[in-house]
Amino acid sequence: MRLLTHNMLSSNMKGVSNGFPLRIEVEKVVEKQVDFNPDFLKNMFSKVHWKALADASRIMGYAELPEEADRSMLDSDDFLRKFHHALLELHLEEGALVCPETGRRFPVNKGIPNMLLHEDEV
Amino acid sequence: MKLKQLESLLGDLQQFSNPKVELEQYPTGPHIASRMLYTAENSYEDVSGKIVADFGCGCGTLGAAAALLGAERIIGIDVDPESLEIASLNAEDLELDIDYIQCDVRNLGWRGQVVDTVIMNPPFGTRKKGADMDFLSVALKVASQAVYSLHKTSTREHVKRAALRDFDASSAEVLCELRYDVPQLYKFHKKKEVDIAVDLWRFVPKRNQRMGI
Ligand SMILES: C[S@@+](CC[C@H](N)C(=O)[O-])C[C@H]1O[C@@H](n2cnc3c(N)ncnc32)[C@H](O)[C@@H]1O
Repeated sequence: MRLLTHNMLSSNMKGVSNGFPLRIEVEKVVEKQVDFNPDFLKNMFSKVHWKALADASRIMGYAELPEEADRSMLDSDDFLRKFHHALLELHLEEGALVCPETGRRFPVNKGIPNMLLHEDEV
Repeated sequence: MKLKQLESLLGDLQQFSNPKVELEQYPTGPHIASRMLYTAENSYEDVSGKIVADFGCGCGTLGAAAALLGAERIIGIDVDPESLEIASLNAEDLELDIDYIQCDVRNLGWRGQVVDTVIMNPPFGTRKKGADMDFLSVALKVASQAVYSLHKTSTREHVKRAALRDFDASSAEVLCELRYDVPQLYKFHKKKEVDIAVDLWRFVPKRNQRMGI
């Protein structure tokens, strides 16, 4: 699971008012190279929840993203490459996503998060 | 990529080995799948460079077509782990980079409109009434740009009304009518395949009105 996916998913259990961001439990992280596309990243910047991405990347062992970011940073190639790496190249291969309100764990196996809810959680 | 080439690549993909009737698991054939994505790309520029979500991705034919046409990221979502496994293998065979989430589309928790385009061939609702409308309702919340979907032609008026009135789409348009061979999955079907008329739809969601679902 890429951090791009983590940046979109939220816990949708019954009774949860804010299920975002999901906490990450790491068992195994893998890195996969992706072609660098600055235009895509510039477009994504306004859609990404920055703090959630920066925190998630740190938990995944990558501490290069600044706490806060603004559009002016998009002129820096160095910044874009770090953003690229965190958003697209880091994968949670094994571990879990945890609902921030209820603590319910959603397992991630072979890179695929299992967000299925039980009947009484819908 | 040429349409013919796309169709032929999709024709090599592995499909459901043990289709689950209750999930309405029948594949979108390469003829329909290639035309659906080809139109989305060449008439509307909704694929290349975009983030595309494939709802009820099954073995991943539609997502693979999006990847072959240059989508920047593709996310396949299905409730069934066995299908997701086949979808991953298909992507690997074609050297495509696709992400997957195991989830019931109806309960998807999503922040904002990060996805540009949703593509789907939803369960037609033969088993669970209204299943395709549930998919459409969520798709129109997730997509920022467009939703492409197949629905039975016999439900055309209903789909249009629901999309515009209940799901707040800003437009709902039938791009073409197709023949769909649904294989014999149901015991009560006598023939080996049933050929039904389906519409290929393009819906446009209202922009930037929600911050999540
Ligand atoms: C008609 S098949 C289409 C498969 C695939 N998209 C294709 O084009 O070949 C419908 C798919 O939706 C999945 N499905 C059914 N109900 C679902 C639900 N509630 N949430 C997510 N996926 C579902 C099934 O497992 C199946 O893969």
